[in-house]
This record gives sequence, structure tokens and C-alpha cells, in this order.
Amino acid sequence: MGEKEVESLVARTISRIMIPFIQLFGIYVIVHGETSPGGGFQGGVILGTSMILYGIVYGLSKAKKRVSKKHLIILISLGVLIYSGIGLMDMLSGGKYLQYDSLPLPVDAHETTALSILGVELGIGLTVMSATIILFIYLAGERIGAGMDNW
Amino acid sequence: MNTNLPVLIVIIPLMSSFIMPVVGLIRRRYCHILSFIATSAVFILAIMLIKNVTLHGTLSYHLGNWEPPWGIEYVIDNLGAYMAAIIAFIGLSISVYSKKSIEKELNKNLVFYYTLHMLLLTGLLGIVVTGDIFNLYVFLEISSLSAYALIALGEKRQALTASFKYLILGTIAASFILIGIGFLYAVTGTLNMADMSLHLEELYGSRVVHAAAVLIVVGLSIKIALFPLHSWLPNAYTHAPSTVSALIAALMSKVGAYMMIRLLYDVFTINFFIETMPVGEILSWTAAIAIIAGSISAIAQKNIKRMLAYSSISQIGYIVLGIGLANTAGLTGSLLHILNHALMKGCLFLAVGAIIYKTGIKNIGDFNGLGKKMPYTMAFFAIASLSMVGVPPLCGFFSKWYLALGSIEAGRWIFALVILSSSLLNAGYFFRVLEKAYFGEQNKIDKTIAPASMLIPMLVLAAACIVFGILVYMILPYVQYTAISLIQ
Repeated sequence: MGEKEVESLVARTISRIMIPFIQLFGIYVIVHGETSPGGGFQGGVILGTSMILYGIVYGLSKAKKRVSKKHLIILISLGVLIYSGIGLMDMLSGGKYLQYDSLPLPVDAHETTALSILGVELGIGLTVMSATIILFIYLAGERIGAGMDNW
Repeated sequence: MNTNLPVLIVIIPLMSSFIMPVVGLIRRRYCHILSFIATSAVFILAIMLIKNVTLHGTLSYHLGNWEPPWGIEYVIDNLGAYMAAIIAFIGLSISVYSKKSIEKELNKNLVFYYTLHMLLLTGLLGIVVTGDIFNLYVFLEISSLSAYALIALGEKRQALTASFKYLILGTIAASFILIGIGFLYAVTGTLNMADMSLHLEELYGSRVVHAAAVLIVVGLSIKIALFPLHSWLPNAYTHAPSTVSALIAALMSKVGAYMMIRLLYDVFTINFFIETMPVGEILSWTAAIAIIAGSISAIAQKNIKRMLAYSSISQIGYIVLGIGLANTAGLTGSLLHILNHALMKGCLFLAVGAIIYKTGIKNIGDFNGLGKKMPYTMAFFAIASLSMVGVPPLCGFFSKWYLALGSIEAGRWIFALVILSSSLLNAGYFFRVLEKAYFGEQNKIDKTIAPASMLIPMLVLAAACIVFGILVYMILPYVQYTAISLIQ
């Protein structure tokens, strides 16, 4: 792995085909978090790995162009804020912190709970995805001596 | 608002810590303002908590409205509210102090610093409000991880080594604690501390519980740097940025001591750790050795921050001594010392930070004439060090007094002797600094005054040392009541 993309045509083609499917699978794992194995964390990691695969195959400099550090930092914070914000909203609508069914949505209590959990999982997913990408780029950049200052 | 107090005190620092990087992207200057607002809010909440606890007794909060033995419960009793107030007070003072100090020391990592500062406070406040033992572990990890990162922000490369050593030892300690908690969960089937304590009553003979107690006590001893397990502490305190040293020295070990009190007295109960296993006995003897060893090592130090670090090791000994004695006077002394040491060490580290900020002096040998050069800073330093020695009207005296009373009450005269001799040793190393600063040879020196944003927190902490000394009778009933309710 380095700054430049790998020479193997097979690796480049396969990963170009695979990346959208990896991302789709990541989103699937996130949104099915409350009913099946998986959830925000696992789905977030899968979404993150799609970007890591891109970085490994197409090189770090291209990966840095694809994602901006600023946006990743905002996404990390946004994920946590979605989670704690849902908790706060539950509290403001009269329930306890993270009491999912207290949100005044126009659906019954079970569905409100399911929707809130979906929101929470999305938050976790966003944070985990952005954190894995940012960690990868920092660590990889350290190894090949490409400073982070120009990102 | 009032019913949600226990959770708000954790949520506010958590959310502000994650808003911080975004604010940092907009304008770095605003980070300081946000941190000030958040810590002030936490401080107000902590005061409200104390008021609520004294009026209505223990507060309980069910997260997500799940009933306690199954869901996570936040429990705030006298001890929890007391600790939350200490954390909030020190956190607020250091947040004010940080502005100038961080701009100079870590300008590049300013946003990191504030984010981690708030995250550390989240972890510490979480530990003191939670009633769930696994939640306790999670918050311990949050605070420890932010502490490792904060120490690594230090200017010199040694900060990285110090942080790495702390990381390794801290992780070993955390694993011990986690295994201990796992054992307890395996035999009781519950993670709620109050519930666990009830289930444990029948299991005092069980080997698993004995192993769990040993693992937890050893793990916590590493976390609070009790004497033979203290090797991570001196380097970590010395090489961290000055605000971080103050924050960690004043709060991290105190919260470790809180965990020790909570787990030994509330989960294992006094019947177990005094009568079934000699944990109290072992802790108080180790603490006695720590008091003497820490003081003697402090005398040998040339670097002022390292001297304060070794002095912390000896002061942690005092706190653990009271925990091990397990009588009302001893525990009162411990609880008072948690507050007093947080104030004194916070003030000392902040004063040293201001000296380094203005003059760059780190060695005690260069302190000559500093009393004239930086009159206010050295005055606050002097008040805090006199309090450390235990000069009567200052707060340090009273905690030592109660610890000595507790030792005598337990029939252990030798501990009273240890406390007395350690006070003399404390006097030895602090007077060495003060003598240099006030009576040392003076070269031509210009008077410099630290910025107001650094002086005010020091002033408040030094004033608190005096106020909690002279007006100790105002907080004493509260602390004694806490100690009595823990022992029963």
C-alpha cells in the first residue's frame, strides 16, 4: 500500500465492482440492527472498510481526495449527537433519558421504539464509519511518511 | 429538570465534548468558551445535586425507564454528590485556567485538548453517579483513555513514553477490574451494585468472590498508584502538560479511591473485607508504607513536578489508610482528604504551571527569589503547601487529624506515628522549595505576574484551602454522616 494505486488490474476492477455492494451491505446491517445480528457498530465498520479497501487499492492520495477530514470530523460528532439528541428528546417529551417510546410520533409505542432505535443505530453507524476511515488514513499516512497537514 | 439531574450531569459534558471538534472547525477560540459554559453548567448541576440529596435523600434514576436490577440505574447518595461536586469544581477551575496555558503549550492540539478534557470529566462524573457495576467499568475506561491521550499531548517526547507506560499498566489494571466484575456477575447474576451486594451476603465463603475481591482491589490499587504499584505515576505527572497534570493529579486518583470505597463498602460490605478477608488490614499497612515511601522519594527530587508527583503517592496513601481502617473517624478523614488533596494538589500544580508559563523554571534549584518575582503565584503555592504539611487552620490539618484519630480508635498507634512523621517529611520537602523561593539568593529580577485567567483559579483553590480549613465544621456533619452511612 502506498501513495499510488496498485498495478494489478484485477484488484482495481474487482474492488471497483465490490465497493458499492460492501456499502449496501453495511447499510443493510445498520438498518436491520434491531431485529437481526449486527447494528450500528458493525454496519459502520463495514461502511468504513469499503473506504479502506479503496485506500489500499487506489492509493492514499486518491482516498484523501475522496473524503475530507473536515466532513469526517463533523460526521463523528454528528453520530454521537444524534444518539444523545434522541435521548434528550425523550427527556423533553416527558420520559426518562433514552426512554424510546416517549417520543410523540404519530405511530404506536412499539413502532416509536423501533424508529428511535433505528435513529440511534444510524448515529452509531455514522460515528464508527468516520472514525475507522480517519484512523486508517492517519495510520497509513504515518507509515509512508505522508504528513496529515496537507489533508 | 430536577428528576433528570443525575443523567444531565453526564450528558452535558459528553455532548459538549463532541460539539467541541465542530466548534474547533469554525473558530478555535470558541472552544474555550464552550468548555467554560459546559463546566459551569456541570458545577451548577452538582450543587443542585448536593442540595437535592441532603433534602430528599438518595436519588435514583432509571435509564430508559427500565427497572433497576435489569436496566442501568444511576444512584446518587451523599458520597456520589460530594464527589460530583469536587469533580465539577476542579473541572471548572481548570477550564478557566486552560485558556492561556493551552494557547501557549499546545496551540496545535487545542481542539483535541478541550475535547479530551470534557470527555475525561464525562468519565469521572459517570463513575460517581452510576449504580451499575459494568457501567462503572465503562466510565472508568472512558476517563482512563482520555487521560492517556491527554498525557501524550505533552510537549516533550518523554510524554509519549510516559503515556504508553500508563496505558499498559492502566489497561492491565482495567482488565483485573473487569475480570473481577465478571466473576461477581457469574456468581450473583446481577450487575446492579445494590442488588449484587444483597446476593453476595450468602456467598462470602465462595472462592470466586475471594478471587474477585483480590482482582478488583489490585486493579484499583494500580489505577490510584498505591505504593508498590505506582511506577506509572511520576513520569505521567511530570511530562503531561501542566493543566493535565493538575486535572489528573486532582481528580483521577480521587475517583479511583471513590471506586475503592464504593466497591469495598457498598458491594462487598464491611463484614466481608474486614472479617472474612484481611483486605482492610493489607490496605492500611500498604498505605502506611506508601505514605513514608512517597514522602522520602519526594525529598530526593529535583524537578518540581516530579516532587509533587511523589507527594501525590504519599497523599494517596493517606486516603487508602482511612479506607483500610474502616472506622468512622478514619473514613471521615479519607473523605475529607479526597476533597482537601484535590484542592491542594490542584492549586500546587496550577501554580507550577503558571511558573513554567512565565519563566520556564522546572527545577527546584532555580526557584531562587521566585517569591519576589511572582508574588501572587508563590503565595498561592505557599498556602497550598502549608496545607499539605498540615498547618492547623488550613484544610490539610483536619483530614490528617481525623485519620490519626481513626488510627488510634482502631488501636493502631503506629499509623498515627506514620502520619506524624510523614507530616514532618512533607514539611521537609515543601519548606525546601519555599526557603529557596523566599529566602534564596536573589539576582536581579523583574517582577512578572501571571495572567488573570490563570491567577483566579489558583486564588479560588487557595482560598478554598483556607475556607475548608477554618469552616470545616460546616462540611463535617455531611462528611461524617456519609462515613457513618457507608460503614453501616
